[in-house]
Amino acid sequence: MDFSTLIQILDSTLRLATPLLLACLAGLFSERSGIFDIGLEAKMLVAAFFSAAFAYSTGSVWIGLLAGIAASMVFALIHGVASITFRGNQLISGVALNFLASGMTVLVAQSWFQQGGRTPSLIGGARFEPITLPFADAVRDVPFLGPLYSDLLSGHSILVYVALLAVPATWWVLYRTRFGLRLRAVGENPAAVDTAGVSVIGLRFAAIGIAGLLCGIAGAYLATGLQAGFVKDMTAGRGYIALAALIFAKWRPWYALGACLLFGLLQALSLRTDVVDAIFPFKMPVQLLDSLPYILTVVILAGFVGKAIPPRAGGTPYVKER
Amino acid sequence: MTFMRSILGAAATLALVAGTAAADPAIIFDLGGKFDKSFNESAYRGAKRWAEAHAGTFKEIEMQSEAQREQALRRLAESGANPVVMTGFAFGNVLNEVAPDYPDTSFAIIDMVVDQPNVRSVVFSEHEGSFLVGMLAANASKSGTVGFIGGMDIPLIRKFACGYAQGVKAVNPDAKIVSNMTGTTPAAWNDPVKGSELTKAQISQGADVVFAAAGGTGVGVLQAAADGGILSIGVDSNQNHLHAGMVLTSMVKRVDNAVEKAFTDGPGFETGVMVMGVGNGGVGFAMDENNGPIVDANWKMAADEAAEKIASGELVVHDYMADNVCPALQF
Repeated sequence: MDFSTLIQILDSTLRLATPLLLACLAGLFSERSGIFDIGLEAKMLVAAFFSAAFAYSTGSVWIGLLAGIAASMVFALIHGVASITFRGNQLISGVALNFLASGMTVLVAQSWFQQGGRTPSLIGGARFEPITLPFADAVRDVPFLGPLYSDLLSGHSILVYVALLAVPATWWVLYRTRFGLRLRAVGENPAAVDTAGVSVIGLRFAAIGIAGLLCGIAGAYLATGLQAGFVKDMTAGRGYIALAALIFAKWRPWYALGACLLFGLLQALSLRTDVVDAIFPFKMPVQLLDSLPYILTVVILAGFVGKAIPPRAGGTPYVKER
Repeated sequence: MTFMRSILGAAATLALVAGTAAADPAIIFDLGGKFDKSFNESAYRGAKRWAEAHAGTFKEIEMQSEAQREQALRRLAESGANPVVMTGFAFGNVLNEVAPDYPDTSFAIIDMVVDQPNVRSVVFSEHEGSFLVGMLAANASKSGTVGFIGGMDIPLIRKFACGYAQGVKAVNPDAKIVSNMTGTTPAAWNDPVKGSELTKAQISQGADVVFAAAGGTGVGVLQAAADGGILSIGVDSNQNHLHAGMVLTSMVKRVDNAVEKAFTDGPGFETGVMVMGVGNGGVGFAMDENNGPIVDANWKMAADEAAEKIASGELVVHDYMADNVCPALQF
């Protein structure tokens, strides 16, 4: 395997890891506040559809992005009303949203565009074009670092950089702000937060709102950045892989980046059977690479490599003492 | 009681009479839905063409879930619809149980073999059509490397890949064929993002023509190929218009012809296995104004010649599903 092949694989890794990373951070905010969220898939899917639909109708990808975020926030709000306000089961609400998104997007797409549950292909300004970072062309010929910068880091759509910047931002919000301290506290011991006179419900709604925002960006990236349009069920289980990455990362932002890049790398490797055959001395089935994220997560959960302890108040609705 | 019985009897007679009077043909669409731009839509076009030509009407049902299959089939058969045509291999088991209960109704199933006396099983020789587009791909390729991207890794998709590889090798024995499957679960039919990444991976391995036999995933393949400046080949229905000038051709499966023929043959049609191949217009490659400028006349002529040879039996394309091995491609 030569250097340029390595760059190609890492390039693919970055593209595949971006939606995982955004969804993973969304889950991180939500679960850190004590709300389990298996509806990441649903939020990404509605965002993918509405971003593609509005980008096509208006010709502007930015309006599409806003529409995608709005749709994802609406789904987050439904999850919030069901599981925070009415104290319903968070897992059931998430599953219900997943089904709703899968059916609703196709139905709306069919009655809107009559293309078998797809949106028409996006062209021109209705898509996120790759952007070239400054000096990318100038430093291309520098050995080693040049290709690393101009082929690997440069040339992605802007949402990739947004996702990468979201990691330090999440770290800063969670660990360096008052809001973050309260958010982490509400996921561990909501009664203590309530005693301190801070609204548990308000904090949890804020957390799932942020989750909605991040999932919205992830969905818009799938439909308008990586692809040029919506296809039914196009998230293809990425929301669940993001959840696995969240557990793998033990609910920490920087670890989340590492986990998502690792899972992205495994996915990217499974696309290159020629490279896989060259690396491993034996015949490595690509299906094994595809399932490695889940296997690794089970290993972590079983406690073989450190311990994954979820936020203590996760999954239980908060009931104020009377 | 007697009165009740006579009323019931009268109702039953009436129902029987009504049933025989309305011997409209019926069609059942599978889960993809009637307007899936592909398989089911093609079936719908065939039914509509029959209705226009014969000034007739037909009944139709779209499947919404797995559990509905048997119910829908029985309901249509009991309503007197004849013949009943269904699209998709998933009906196989259900039809095998239901068909003996309605010996006077003729059934036709597409893409599956059901061994019952009143069932016509329509299967397509996808390997022959894939062979032809493989020839075009090898001719159009400048790098000598072509790609294949399948959806879910099932024998049917390997049949596509194997026919394609044979066609490529027939034109250029030294050609390299990069073959990938999207996945091993049904999600592989609807993962355009992975389709795009696979296409980019194949481009970096030198492929300059890719054939997508992958359902919704193919949308991503065709998109990435157009973005990456290489040619792609569509599947099932004519997809040349999706990226005009960038889609070399499409391997078309004429489900519409199969449906129209079943409707035209009417109740009591000839049953057994009916193979739709290159010879009887079942499969082929699509030519229209979108790909006319990029397909060289010589390439088309070579493919047409091969089609004639396949039709006459002079050229035999190996069918992967016959023995689960492929002479031209390693899976």
